[in-house]
Amino acid sequence: MIRRRLLTEYVVPAATLAGVLLAWEAATRAFRIPRFIMPAPSAILAEGWEWRYRFLGHAWVTLYETLGGFALSMLVGVPLAILIVYSPTLKSALYPLIVLAQSVPKIAIAPVLLLVLGHGEIPKIIVAFLVAFFPVVVDTATGLAATPPELLDLSRSYRASAFKTFLKVRLPMAMPFVFAGAKVAITLSVIGAVVGEFVGSDQGLGYLILSATSYWKTELAFSSMILLSLMAIVLFGAVALVERLVCPWLAPAGEE
Amino acid sequence: MIRLDQVEKTYRTRRGDLVRAVEDITLEVGENEFVTLVGASGCGKSTLLKLVAGLTPATRGTIHIRGAAVREPFPDVGFVFQQPVLLPWRSVLDNVLFSVEMLGLEPRQCRKQAGDLLELTGLGGFETKYPRELSGGMQQRVAICRALLPDPSLLLMDEPFGALDAMTREEMSLELLRIWEERRKTILFVTHSIPEAILLADRVVVMTPRPGRIARILAIDLPRPRTMDLEFDPRFKAASDEVRGLIFAGRAPAR
Repeated sequence: MIRRRLLTEYVVPAATLAGVLLAWEAATRAFRIPRFIMPAPSAILAEGWEWRYRFLGHAWVTLYETLGGFALSMLVGVPLAILIVYSPTLKSALYPLIVLAQSVPKIAIAPVLLLVLGHGEIPKIIVAFLVAFFPVVVDTATGLAATPPELLDLSRSYRASAFKTFLKVRLPMAMPFVFAGAKVAITLSVIGAVVGEFVGSDQGLGYLILSATSYWKTELAFSSMILLSLMAIVLFGAVALVERLVCPWLAPAGEE
Repeated sequence: MIRLDQVEKTYRTRRGDLVRAVEDITLEVGENEFVTLVGASGCGKSTLLKLVAGLTPATRGTIHIRGAAVREPFPDVGFVFQQPVLLPWRSVLDNVLFSVEMLGLEPRQCRKQAGDLLELTGLGGFETKYPRELSGGMQQRVAICRALLPDPSLLLMDEPFGALDAMTREEMSLELLRIWEERRKTILFVTHSIPEAILLADRVVVMTPRPGRIARILAIDLPRPRTMDLEFDPRFKAASDEVRGLIFAGRAPAR
């Protein structure tokens, strides 16, 4: 049983990935594809290793912008969702604005933001926030609205205050939804930070990708991309881990 | 203990139509009496419980509990719903303590009573388990303990065994009677099941739908403590036939 699970969960995907890489490597060699068009995986890896120390500074900048945007989207998104759920007036006032902010393509706002806010990390954090906050608001609001009406009746029949009901029932009930939003937000924050760097910056992995491609250093662009993806995966995993710690009851029965 | 006088409740639906949920409900429930409300879907049984609990105001008529008019949520009441609606992040014991916590009492002082209640309902030893580790019937027992912990004088039960399988359901009915013998309270119990309504009740209130009205109130003078064998008692059969007749009056015959 365990052997079989090991096989399907780890061996099969790893073998598939290895197969794709091998085919890629073989194709670039067999057809003599120029390295600036499609470098071989081995060349990408070698270039990445060459750059390992210089990567650190750039990765740190992008990580900083991503986390800043993510933190901002949670700090703004969750309270905003609470206001929307509790006040119908605020809901009708804010919801159109939020949807409007969501429907403007962020890549189109980025140049304007950078024009207004200048260079540095702040405008990238703002772009990352703008990209990431919408799912946080929508998911948190959905979660808060999904409290079983019986529990609200129960709380009301005990004459518990709305605040107490919020703290003891509605907010914990909404936590799985908040984390669903957070998981989307963390990956979107990475995208936001990179978009911000594309528009104008002199550091960060996004900048590195852009400048590498303009100098035909495709291996460097590819290795930066891989590093960026690894960062996004680790960040997603971190949010999932926090979810496990905060909401241990969500783990399927029999798994602990 | 409870007196409803010509109570009417009209809702406005989202489309703006007025819907009369219950109409002309006049009912008196005595102290420590077990009254069941039975009827087809949409006859306003659940609305009636909400009205008594003060969770929704009556459109017309008056509701008094122990002589005082009900105008706001009445806290000396325990609620049990069709779904257990437990808090998944709390242990069984903490779920039971939820009621006293929401009432603003100190939960630590009620731990012993909560443990006693769990013992009484056969959940001794399950204090530290989580709801998802329990069966549906056990979860519903936790919900009953939660309702009983503040020792309310009135227990409102909205189809509490409706989501359980037939065997668990019978077991739970008898268990509820046992608890009620031990800790007397007034119980208003809504059900779809005619045998359940008769087995449990001192009096059965038969309701008809659209709008919800009381068709008849039947006194059940079967001996207590009751057992499942009573189903073969001719008086049980007679009561059951009468209730069935009232519910299906004006409809096509059931057979």
